[in-house]
Amino acid sequence: MQRRQILAATAAAALCAAVPAIAQAPIRIGSVLSVTGPAAFLGDPEARTLRLYIDRINQAGGVLGRRLELILYDDGGDATRARTFATRLVEEDRIVAVVGGTTTGTSLAMIPVFEEAKIPFISLAGGIEIIEPVKPFTFKTPHTDKMACEKIFADLRKRGLTRVGLISGTGGFGASMRNQCLRVAGEFGITIVADERYGPGDTDMTPQLTRIRNVAGGVQAVVNADFGQGPAIVTRNFAQLNIGVPLYQSHGVASRSFIELAGAAAEGVRLPAAALLVAEQLPDDDPQKRVVMDYKRTYESTQNQPVSTFGGHAYDGLMILIEAIKRAKSTDGTRIRDGIRATRGFIGTGGVVNMSATDHMGLDLSAFRMLEIRGGNWTLVD
Amino acid sequence: MDQLLQFVFSGLTVGAVYALVALGFTLIYNASDVINFAQGEFVMLGGMVTVFAHAAGMPLPLAAGLAVAVAIATGLALHRFAIEPARGADAVTLIIITIGASILIRGLAQIAFDRQFHRFPAFSGEDPIALLGATVLPQSLWVLGGAAAIVAALRLFMDKTLLGKAVRATAANRLAARLVGIDTALVLAIAFGASGAIGALAGILITPITLTSVGVGTLLALKGFAAAMLGGIGNPVGAVAGGIALGLLESLAAGFVSSTYKDAVAFLLIIAVLFALPQGLFGRRAIERV
Repeated sequence: MQRRQILAATAAAALCAAVPAIAQAPIRIGSVLSVTGPAAFLGDPEARTLRLYIDRINQAGGVLGRRLELILYDDGGDATRARTFATRLVEEDRIVAVVGGTTTGTSLAMIPVFEEAKIPFISLAGGIEIIEPVKPFTFKTPHTDKMACEKIFADLRKRGLTRVGLISGTGGFGASMRNQCLRVAGEFGITIVADERYGPGDTDMTPQLTRIRNVAGGVQAVVNADFGQGPAIVTRNFAQLNIGVPLYQSHGVASRSFIELAGAAAEGVRLPAAALLVAEQLPDDDPQKRVVMDYKRTYESTQNQPVSTFGGHAYDGLMILIEAIKRAKSTDGTRIRDGIRATRGFIGTGGVVNMSATDHMGLDLSAFRMLEIRGGNWTLVD
Repeated sequence: MDQLLQFVFSGLTVGAVYALVALGFTLIYNASDVINFAQGEFVMLGGMVTVFAHAAGMPLPLAAGLAVAVAIATGLALHRFAIEPARGADAVTLIIITIGASILIRGLAQIAFDRQFHRFPAFSGEDPIALLGATVLPQSLWVLGGAAAIVAALRLFMDKTLLGKAVRATAANRLAARLVGIDTALVLAIAFGASGAIGALAGILITPITLTSVGVGTLLALKGFAAAMLGGIGNPVGAVAGGIALGLLESLAAGFVSSTYKDAVAFLLIIAVLFALPQGLFGRRAIERV
């Protein structure tokens, strides 16, 4: 009996000692993601990743001796709702920084809110418009569509293929990547000989691909700019028509479901993607090997689903933010912003990040790996 | 030439699905004057239920049968719990009710299934068949053959069975049909159930080619409605012709004009047709009854 009382007293004392650290108000981190809706396959792993890692960081003692609190809203892929939630995060929830904004559309809608409130915002969307021109408080972690075009064209140049047929979706990502590809093609000596498009709900792209196949002078490769189910249908139609030239997809299809949906037709398709997809195949001396293997194991063992690069972007965004808060030793928006800008040599799942006042993404072309689908699996080709 | 043929195959396959959706619209419209915008959700249910039943280990034909049963039950429930209680409301109110029902069905499907795209294997392999320089997927032939069989079966049912004749009588004149002792409530239920079955079959036939997700119904409902209008709403032959025509228009516009504006080209042509023939290609003239 007595012993138990002593034990209880000790426990209480220990608790009291720990209280000052916990009693401080938590650091509130906001997030608006498209957990449902058409971009759910991006937003869902992002939300899972944020929850998972914020819990882990809190178990390890939090940041600056304070707990982290995640306030997460689901915009359903709707830019108007995203903006409403952004305002709520700033005015009611009093967050210190934001990680999230799943799509380019929702991110662009939220930027003015966070810029005005001087709150650092790390977007998880691909579009280059988010960081170009540079806005004082806006950052992003994923590679841009322009980099995808450059990586693909560099690979084509290496293979000596110059006449390229482009087929893109008319959605935000497809349209933006199409523009970037048309812009940078000349720099790589690539001629775009066909430029076909298809709508977001289209279910048959054989007419467009037939036009590409029959273009005067012929094509040597086809590039598809889009994400979601469109590329899977393009890939299947491409195989059906037996066009017989290499097919390139973008990083927008870098998830297991693309291989499942496209089936045997995906064989031989190439795409630029983050190292995360081929974590096991990376050489041991690769600087990213440890980080991506660690994230992959943690995610897959707790979420019971295969890792995707999209969740990886959320991991990178959260870790960059936390390093910046530690660096700033403060939760003041401007000081955190300066902390994010001071990020050098951060190794994330998307690549090695070097931020600066003029580069709010901090990735270069080396962050992309060229993959080929062989035997139903991603294979590293360079 | 081989190019034209490729566009035609593509247009026929897509058009066959539009035709089946338009046929579902027509059935319900004839029996009740309701434009059922939940028609696309039947197609979605056909695909999604089959995907998940198949993934759970059911053989494909059984999974497809289950999907058709689910869609029929949904159609009957839609009639019993949404349309029937609002009996006597005007057409616009009923249309709004069906739009609401389609949102509900989509929401429930999102909870029951997931939000990803899915497919199941094609019925007879995936090796394209070369035909006069064009290539066709075996599944496209299934879609065309299946659609033809469904249209023929519906035709037989309407012409040869007593129930079918009751449906036609109700479509011609509801009051008169009731006066001669036809149970019009039963006829309405049959129309909703049959629409559900046709939609689900379309979904099952097309999923190996086009993939499916809980969101596919909305666009199909719009395209099917456009096809029904083009053919002349209320006319089954018109619905099929309108669907095939819309599919062909889209693929030929994408192939010969511009893939960016293919939908615009297709819809502009439909508007032009409706200007010249306000009742659609096969529509009967509205006769003002005094």
